[in-house]
Amino acid sequence: MDFISILSIFVMACFVGYYVVWSVTPALHTPLMAVTNAISSVIIVGALIASAAEGSVWSKWLGLLAVVLASVNIFGGFAVTQRMLAMYKKKERPVAK
Amino acid sequence: MEHTAPVNPWVALAYLVAGVCFILALRGLSSPATAQRGNRLGMIGMALAVGTTLFAHHLASPFEIGVAMAIGAAIGIVTARRIAMTDMPQLVAAFHSLVGMAAVLVAAAAYLNPGAFGILGDDGQILTVSRIEMGLGIAIGAITFSGSVIAFLKLNGNMSGKPIMLPGRHVINIAVLAAILGLVGYFTQDQSAWVFWTITALSFVIGFLLIVPIGGADMPVVVSMLNSYSGWAAAAMGFTLHNSAMIITGALVGSSGAILSYIMCKAMNRSFISVIAGGFGGDSAAAGGEAKEQRPWKRGSADDAAFLLGQAEQVIIVPGYGMAVSQAQHALREMGDKLKEHGVRVKYAIHPVAGRMPGHMNVLLAEANVPYDDVFELEDINSEFSQTDIAFVIGANDVTNPAAKTDKTSPIYGMPVLDVEKAKTVLFIKRSMGGVGYAGVDNDVFYMDNTMMLLGDAKKMVEEIVKSLD
Repeated sequence: MDFISILSIFVMACFVGYYVVWSVTPALHTPLMAVTNAISSVIIVGALIASAAEGSVWSKWLGLLAVVLASVNIFGGFAVTQRMLAMYKKKERPVAK
Repeated sequence: MEHTAPVNPWVALAYLVAGVCFILALRGLSSPATAQRGNRLGMIGMALAVGTTLFAHHLASPFEIGVAMAIGAAIGIVTARRIAMTDMPQLVAAFHSLVGMAAVLVAAAAYLNPGAFGILGDDGQILTVSRIEMGLGIAIGAITFSGSVIAFLKLNGNMSGKPIMLPGRHVINIAVLAAILGLVGYFTQDQSAWVFWTITALSFVIGFLLIVPIGGADMPVVVSMLNSYSGWAAAAMGFTLHNSAMIITGALVGSSGAILSYIMCKAMNRSFISVIAGGFGGDSAAAGGEAKEQRPWKRGSADDAAFLLGQAEQVIIVPGYGMAVSQAQHALREMGDKLKEHGVRVKYAIHPVAGRMPGHMNVLLAEANVPYDDVFELEDINSEFSQTDIAFVIGANDVTNPAAKTDKTSPIYGMPVLDVEKAKTVLFIKRSMGGVGYAGVDNDVFYMDNTMMLLGDAKKMVEEIVKSLD
């Protein structure tokens, strides 16, 4: 892909992000931060490429360390988001508990 | 030397689908009803991105990679299970620092082994465009890391929440930022190691310098801002790797954090620049002690409060950071249930900056099983205070201060506040009469005729009220 097509994806994604995030209800802003945190760990893709490649020992170990950090974030981020979202409940009819 | 292999269209497509999954994950958060499905889509997207990467690259060390992922997964899942909901701001700050560090490591790995990332030019040098992306990526990553570490230490109480002011910090900060940008520019001409590592080191330093002078009350903005940075760092690495999933995600997260920062700034009526410049809440002693004579105020007991609450038709509860500190949310929900049994309408009013991160109070109330349709945002409920019998303020202060509407000299003038003083009676739980809020301003609500101060630990006070309601 050439630079301009990558840039186009980026700019379009910024606009999508703008509209999607404004539609998030304020009550869910904390889960929003947790889940954006988890998905920004998609940087693990770069870490995997680095640790899978031959050629530089340093690069490989830096990559592996990055895989550990990003995995903490991915698993931790999604798990904690799931835990939070499970707590949001609609009003139950009285008596229940 | 390895050249960029022609990209397998299926691989590119898979990354694109992963990106779309992430968009839908955020879209799901528009309502609690669809949020869990969205989160699952996010997980699918991530699995797709990781799986595609593993499939598309020849793995020289599959065992090590498996171990690395397993270690990370174990730490992540255990942390996510154990963390107390009141500690969410710290956890999010810690997670941001990990994304930042991962970006730094990936950028460094790409610098050391550019062939593997397909960014070598025909002359054996790293491509110019890639150098800019890499330089920006490592700079943003490093700032995210050191800034988040400081934010974590402040939120976790390992470091004073008070702003720490260095002399001449604005000059130093601007000089360091200029040096970083200059070096990134120079990096396009000269890819020597010293340039790359100096950018890295300076960026770690500036992240530290930027966050240290920012006080505790401004943490919601800081956490959102770092959220945004972690996204831009991922996007920069996505440019380097020509990876659409990373670019889409980076842009989403970047704009999400930026929008949250904007919302938080607006809710405090402060400009982003003034938050970044730091120092807010520093001279509370000077501002709070404007030699006002001791004004009379009324103190009530838990029994008095219970009696008043039991008589009321509608009660609006206003929670703040103090509720989180004393973990009073469960006791509060119990009180709400008791009141409902007495036929009282109970609602919760949430100010956007209550707590230490966006939506902090909503999560705590949800944890305590408060149904989310009882919880209202500032603009939706503010008009109701005048038809409400009791405003029950627990651990909030600045967000209820009427001075924000009337007193032009007040540091919080212009900030949108909850009109608790319009309720027939205000019950105000506060630790003691001595302390003032983070902004360091006295609150006129304390001294009104229709206010009853309930002094003590928020959780104990609410528990006593619950007992007296029986």
